[in-house]
Amino acid sequence: MSSNEADSPAAARRPATVPSQAALEETLGRETPLVPTSSIAGRSLVIVIAIMTFLAALSAGAALMVADASVDWRREVAREASVQIRPLPGRDIEADVSRATAVLVAAEGVRDVRVYSKAESEALLAPWLGQGLDLAELPAPRMIVVKLDDGRRADLDALRRELAQAVPSAALDDHRLWVERLGQMARTVVAVAALVFVLIVVAMGLAVAFATRAAMVGNREIIEVLHLVGAADKYIAQQFQRRFLALGLRGGLIGGASAMGFFLLSGYLASRWTATPDGDQLEAMFGRFSLGPLGFTVVGAIAAAAGLLTGFMSQEIVFRQLRRLDRAE
Amino acid sequence: MLSFENVGLRYGSGGEILSDLAFSVAPRSFQFLTGPSGAGKTTLLKLVLMSLKPTRGRITLFGKDTETLDKDAVTDIRRRIGVVFQDFRLLEHLTLYENVALPLRVIGREETIYRAEVLELLRWVGLEERIASRPSVLSGGEKQRAAIARALIVRPELLLADEPTGNLDPTLARRLLRLFVELHKSGTSVVIATHDLALMDQYESARRLVLADGRLHVFE
Repeated sequence: MSSNEADSPAAARRPATVPSQAALEETLGRETPLVPTSSIAGRSLVIVIAIMTFLAALSAGAALMVADASVDWRREVAREASVQIRPLPGRDIEADVSRATAVLVAAEGVRDVRVYSKAESEALLAPWLGQGLDLAELPAPRMIVVKLDDGRRADLDALRRELAQAVPSAALDDHRLWVERLGQMARTVVAVAALVFVLIVVAMGLAVAFATRAAMVGNREIIEVLHLVGAADKYIAQQFQRRFLALGLRGGLIGGASAMGFFLLSGYLASRWTATPDGDQLEAMFGRFSLGPLGFTVVGAIAAAAGLLTGFMSQEIVFRQLRRLDRAE
Repeated sequence: MLSFENVGLRYGSGGEILSDLAFSVAPRSFQFLTGPSGAGKTTLLKLVLMSLKPTRGRITLFGKDTETLDKDAVTDIRRRIGVVFQDFRLLEHLTLYENVALPLRVIGREETIYRAEVLELLRWVGLEERIASRPSVLSGGEKQRAAIARALIVRPELLLADEPTGNLDPTLARRLLRLFVELHKSGTSVVIATHDLALMDQYESARRLVLADGRLHVFE
């Protein structure tokens, strides 16, 4: 006889008989949760926690990607400097370019020097002046790109002074302003993502708090009976914590797995899209637009934390509410 | 074991529903708490259980003033008291076995350790066939016996029973009274709240605490 049959009203009307061994073992070996599953809005809470975990993982993942990309940007930009030689009346610009190149090649910490030809330098102006314009008569500046050595840091201030002595019209740009702006932008994006993450966690905490209080109201009679048969507040709080921990872990698992799936799919689609100009811009902004092992570890940790936070919060809320009830039950 | 000194209780700003209650319950004693319906028997038991606070007077339980107890101490004292509620207060989602074992479970005892004890008690109250049933399918008498078994499982020093025979036929009521008397002989103090005169007549040597018009009269 199954337990359902044993518990049915029909069974109650039957003459009392000794229960089967299976029914005995089923009831003797188990401990039914003291907080009934049906008394908690479990499915709704799991969905809320799953959505919150998904959003929290997205914001954390986006922050990680931007932070990683900004490190790459800054590293790339910091490895490079450029020298602009402006044409001055009475000076031979080709001779100035040669002198500047000689100074740069001899400088400490310079790995490579590439002189842009006149045609290449003019091509750089094309986006601003338009295609098909004859720049031969215009005093177009010349560009020299300098690759800096990672191992030996170049003294750019000394190099700037040396260049100024050799070629008065040379201007060394180490891209510091650009690096600072990139860094500032990346920090802003990460800060916004962190704020969104915190707001999501707070919203999740509030949802758990409301659900816990509602569960306490729904189980008030059970709490009262538990008190009267000698259960301590801590024991009662643990019963709620078990139920909510299970719900939280389920929600966290669904949300975390969805976020991981989202990042995997995004990475796949981005890899197929990188050949296009839009894809290149996106890659410049977010790097490879895919999470590394650290990112997936963080998403997994957020999912686990969502479950643990749910269990911990519910226990604390129940414990505090019980202490407030005191003896005025 | 239990004493009331000039205890009064009122709800809100109304008049006192219990006034100047003064009595004590000695260890290994047996008493009926009686009075007409609505006299306040259940309320008095709630005061003993510390579910209600008196508005005046002093209640002493196991030598401790209940007013000064913290929550842990209240829990410790409740573990020394067995209670049979008038409305049974069985948890509907638990089996009969789990309901009876509840006081042992909440103090952290392992199921395998208390199993034999619970089964023996269920056999004693004639419910061994129903251990896997939920309260919703039990008759009133079966629920009553389950509630009594739950109160007895911790071998309480003080047993409070609120109308414990209210849902039982006279034969079963007599059997349960014998059970309470046996428990009393084994050292438990018993307080049975009832308005069943026939039940009280079966144990005439018991003390009678009569509650009427909010006041208590003790007949030794």
